This record gives sequence, structure tokens and C-alpha cells, in this order.
Amino acid sequence: MSDATPDEVMIAAAAGELAGVRTVFVGIGLPNAAANLARQSVAPDLELIYESGVVGARPTRLPDSIGDPALVSGAAATMSMRDLFGGFLQGGRIEVGMLGAAQIDRWGNLNTTVIGPYDQPSVRLPGSGGACEIALNAQRVVVVMNQSRHTFVERVDFVTSPGHRRPDGSGERPSWAGAGPTAVVTQLGVYHFREDGEMELAGLHAEVDDETVDAGTAWAMLRAATITRLPGPLAQTLEAIRRLVG
Amino acid sequence: MSSKVVSLREAIAAHVHDGDTVAIEGFTHLIGFAAAHEVIRQGRRDLILARLTPDLVYDQMVAAGCASKLVFSWLGNPGVGSLHAIRRAIEAGELEIEEYSHHGMVARYAAGASHLPFFPLRSYDGSDLAAANPLIRRVSSPYDGEEIAVVPPLNPDVTIIHAQRADADGNVQAWGIVGVQRDAALAARRVIAVVEELVDSSVIRDDPDRTLLPGTVVDAVCVEPFGAHPSFAQGHYDRDNGVYRDWDAISRDPSRLAAWLDEWVRSLDGRAAYVDRLGPAKVDALRPDPRPSGSVDYGSYR
Repeated sequence: MSDATPDEVMIAAAAGELAGVRTVFVGIGLPNAAANLARQSVAPDLELIYESGVVGARPTRLPDSIGDPALVSGAAATMSMRDLFGGFLQGGRIEVGMLGAAQIDRWGNLNTTVIGPYDQPSVRLPGSGGACEIALNAQRVVVVMNQSRHTFVERVDFVTSPGHRRPDGSGERPSWAGAGPTAVVTQLGVYHFREDGEMELAGLHAEVDDETVDAGTAWAMLRAATITRLPGPLAQTLEAIRRLVG
Repeated sequence: MSSKVVSLREAIAAHVHDGDTVAIEGFTHLIGFAAAHEVIRQGRRDLILARLTPDLVYDQMVAAGCASKLVFSWLGNPGVGSLHAIRRAIEAGELEIEEYSHHGMVARYAAGASHLPFFPLRSYDGSDLAAANPLIRRVSSPYDGEEIAVVPPLNPDVTIIHAQRADADGNVQAWGIVGVQRDAALAARRVIAVVEELVDSSVIRDDPDRTLLPGTVVDAVCVEPFGAHPSFAQGHYDRDNGVYRDWDAISRDPSRLAAWLDEWVRSLDGRAAYVDRLGPAKVDALRPDPRPSGSVDYGSYR
């Protein structure tokens, strides 16, 4: 039995989603740890690209902030944010955008703006940053977040970053957009999306059962034809994560 | 050419007025805290503060009563949590907000710098942001009829940037993360550059590729070492993450925050006194080891 914490399980699983990837747009927190872990393991050619305009970062420490001098020293390039968001992200040159969220719905719509109404929120969250355009322009999106009935919700309070359909199930992504969310990694499992854009359970972490997933989802979660039992981080992966996160 | 070097006190007095739209830019890097503290000391009011990430710098200015409106794209204390003074001011109805995404703000400065009526970007489709902010609109392309989101230009009355070095003519050089600094300055009516170091013009002219802004667009140069602390200046000092973490508890508590402003801003006469208060041990701890780049040869032509 592994002594991995839920965060470590998520970091390892999210790193696995980056196998073979060359370019990932990373935010701070778990996605940052996952991307750095992936570069040391399943994606040795991975170039970490940060909103701040740093491309190909080789950080010698795991930064507190997406803007950190350790991301710059040793990087392949620094560019202006106009070049990064315009020519790079909007130009379709980012394979994977990794995003977190406070709420997600069955279509992969992400909320990082408010809990409650926009004008009178009960919780004001940071907002989009680059997430809205990352969700639309990255070739695909991997979401990393904690799962509960408060986060896997029937209706997100605000769509910051669009998923596959509007919250009421209508509409579809613009023709120019990337594929949108293809995987969601939580402490309970890994989720994929069906052809019609609805989320389904695709993998369960060790010692998590079906009922726990349903208890942590505010809608009736669909099941993939085959649900994988995820192996959890190997001892050496766990060591690497602990070196990264400190 | 006459020198553009003035004290920060003179620069703020001359260029920042009540009611101005002010952009103190610098994406995580080179955030102009020294300039912001001088604005607080001079008691400016009703400012419209624009910045992608309001950060501690605007939390402090809002707490000090300088601002009536905030224009932004990511409102938080990076890696820590909330900006509590801003949150309280919004909840109390004392601070209006105008919210975009990062690319939206980048595009606004680009439109402002280029004197365009709007800037198109591939964002906001399927997001609620456009409904929350009526200034995010759509136009159809005259070429193929495709609908695309647009944002309006942002032309600050004054943009304040921090950088590693400048000469007395106002030629400013920066390296590391440059964010939106160039567009934010080119979009502005007036530009103040605060730098770590004043250098001879030959230093700038030996390496023109590193120039972020030529002196023709800079109105004032102020020399304030450590002026971006607790953010960082690549090659000069590290980000002081402890200050960012400690800020959470300070800004949660209005009386602690008021005491902090007295201690670190209002009772001091400038950045040099602030650095004294930080103390040499802290300053030394934030100094990185050297990692110089190689140099390139531009050639000397006959």
C-alpha cells in the first residue's frame, strides 16, 4: 500500500497525461508540479511554457509563483506576453494547457471567477488570467482539481473557461478552437469526455470505489466502457514528487 | 540632451494626478513597489488602476485609499490566495471593477499603443466574461464574416515601469520576464521608468537589442535600487516569497494593514529608508549568485 497523499496521486496522474507531449502551458500549484515531474519522467522533451512569457523553463526549484527568476535562468526563451498569447498560444503552438478550477460541470466548463452571482459573490476567486484563452486555443486541455459535490457541480456559477458545450447542453466550440478538455484528474480518478462532450469516469485511483465518485459528483457521472484501475505513483515517482514539492 | 533623471518624489508629483488612469505594470517581475509607495505618500485619490495582476502593489494602494476603479485580468496573491483589501473595497462598493482575461488586457495595451479602435482576439467564446463586462464585444470580419471578440484600447495617463537599468537619456533596458511592459508604456501619455541602476549611455548603445524602451518615449528616470521588492529584479534580487505569504494575514486585518502602511510606507521618506528597514541580512539573502550571459559581437563598421 502506498503512502502517497491525494495531492501526490493527482500530480503523478496528471504527469502521466503529458506522456510524449512537447509543449505544455502551465499554471501554478499542482499543474506546475505535474509538468515538472513529467519532464523528468514520461515527457523528457517537454517544454514548460508559462503565462509570463517564459518558454522552455528548466527551474532549479519549484517556484511559488508563475513569475520567478528561477524560471528564466536556463530557459530557452523569454518573450513578450503579446507574442506568447498571440503568436504562440493563439497560433496553435501549445499542445496541452493545464488548468485548475474551483468548479467544473459535465461539459468541462471551468469556473475560477466567483461562487455565487457575479455582482454579489459569496466568494470572489482570482478570475481568468490566461485560462479562458488557454481553454480555447490549446490543442487540448488537461484539468487538475480537487473533487467533491462542491466542485463537480450540476451548474457552474460562472463559466470562466469554456468546455465542450454551454452549461445547458446547447452550443458547441467554435470551429477554430482546440479540442478542449480531454482529461480531468482528481484525487479520486481520471475522467475523459465522450464524443458529445460529456464527462465520463475513465480511471479510478487505488482504494477509490465507484460510490466515492458518485458521492463526489453533483450529477449522475457516466462510465466509460472500461474503467482502468490506476496504479498510483511508484516509489521512485513519489520520491521525485517530494524532491519537487519539498 | 538634458537629463531625464529626477527623484521619484518629483516624478510622481509631476506625472500622477488625482483621477488619472495609472498602469504600474510588470508581470510578476519588476513590479513598481517603490513608485506605488510614493503615490500613497503623496495621497493621490480616485485613480483608475490598470494591471493584469493587481498583486500586493494594488492591494496596498487600494488600502491606502488611492483608487476608485480596478481594471485587471487575475485578482489574487500568486501562490497564496486573496488580496483582502481589494476584496473588502469591492464588497463595500467602494471600488468598481472592469475584468478581462490576460490576453484581453495584453490586447488592450496593444490597441492603445498602436492607436487602434479595438483589438481582435480568439477568446471569450462560450465564456461568461463578455456578459460580465460589456466592453468585451464582437465584430464580424469584413473578409469572411467570421465573428471575433474585440476589446477596446487602453491608454493610461501614466504608465510606470521598473527595469534593471537606464541611461540619463531615458533609454531603458530590462531582461528576464518583460510581460506587457513595452506596450503598456507605448500606450501611455506619460511614462516613468524606475531603475535599479543608472548607467552610461555607452552601456546601452553597446547592446541595443536589450533596450525595452528608447528614451524618446520616457518622461522621467528615477533610480531606486531594490525598488521592485518584494517582487524581483532578474539578476539583482530574488522574489521575497515570505512577504507574499505574510501579506495574507496582514491584509485580512484592516488595523494591521493600516499599521503596515504606516511602518513601511508613510513613516518612510523613500525607498532607501525602506531598504534600511529591511536590513542588510535580508537584502543579502535575496541576492542571487552570478550567472552572466555570454556577450554578442555587433561589429564595428567602417
